[in-house]
Amino acid sequence: MGEDMAIRSIDTDELLRTILRNVLGLDPAQVARFDTDTGLFGALPELDSMAVAGLLTEMEDRLGIIIDDDEVDGELLETYGNLLAFAEAKRA
Amino acid sequence: MRTLIWPCPAADGSDREFALTAGPQDAQPVLIVPALFEEANRTRRLIAQTMRALAAQGIASVMPDLPGCNESFAALECQDVASWRAAMAAAAQHFGTSRVLSLRGGAILAPPGLPGWWLEPLGGAAALRHLMRARMVAAMEAGQPEKSDDLLAQGRRSGLELAGYRLSAAMVRDLEGSDLPRPGPGVAMLALADLGGSALWLRSEPGEDAVMAEALAATIVRGFI
Repeated sequence: MGEDMAIRSIDTDELLRTILRNVLGLDPAQVARFDTDTGLFGALPELDSMAVAGLLTEMEDRLGIIIDDDEVDGELLETYGNLLAFAEAKRA
Repeated sequence: MRTLIWPCPAADGSDREFALTAGPQDAQPVLIVPALFEEANRTRRLIAQTMRALAAQGIASVMPDLPGCNESFAALECQDVASWRAAMAAAAQHFGTSRVLSLRGGAILAPPGLPGWWLEPLGGAAALRHLMRARMVAAMEAGQPEKSDDLLAQGRRSGLELAGYRLSAAMVRDLEGSDLPRPGPGVAMLALADLGGSALWLRSEPGEDAVMAEALAATIVRGFI
């Protein structure tokens, strides 16, 4: 059980980095360096409001989750760690 | 590559529109139906590169403006999905096209009955949701959050400005009710993975993808053999 959770967590992390790379057109090396404290909305110039909309849609499609509009707030998009924790909780 | 003006019946009474065209002038052009709203800007360079690659193979293509977009003479707030469909059907007739390439949300506007290709098609409801989300994120950033239900109700009643586009109430209602239609015979779905491409339409700084444009053109060329 614990191992399954770990594998799922790695998958989500990898998938989320791929989505960010694709949606934002970021350099793979830059995305690979993201850690839990890396700032997203307000910190990445590529991530404007239209890009956030694209990011959320891609997360829904590729992670197989539904994101309610009420769940989208500044905190969710503040750091990579917050976004990843949200995605993992949604997929659990 | 040339710009031309063609007679197009648009909803607010304007009677002509611009179109971008490339390739031999005596051939039946492929009609290119652009993506909707901001995605059209983000894919415009991809389309231009694809049109040039097609012209190099002797294939003509034409991409009309959607009424109210780009250089259009018409006002966007007078348009709805029906007026856009009418414009694309008029373009197919005027240019004598036999094949259609649509991008993303353009699939809901492609004249039915013509074979062709849908690149990563998107229904009207999904396109609307995308624009609504962008507006809600911008509002959140400005410290004045908006609720999607309220926005949608307002949009259905009196129209809505989304990502800088002034949509009529009819456009909001039409988009909401426009799921992706069942593709007609001879319409092929093109996925990003098939073209080795990148989702330029999702990016605020889309740049270009010459490999994808070549792959897209090659797919269309194969349709003529």
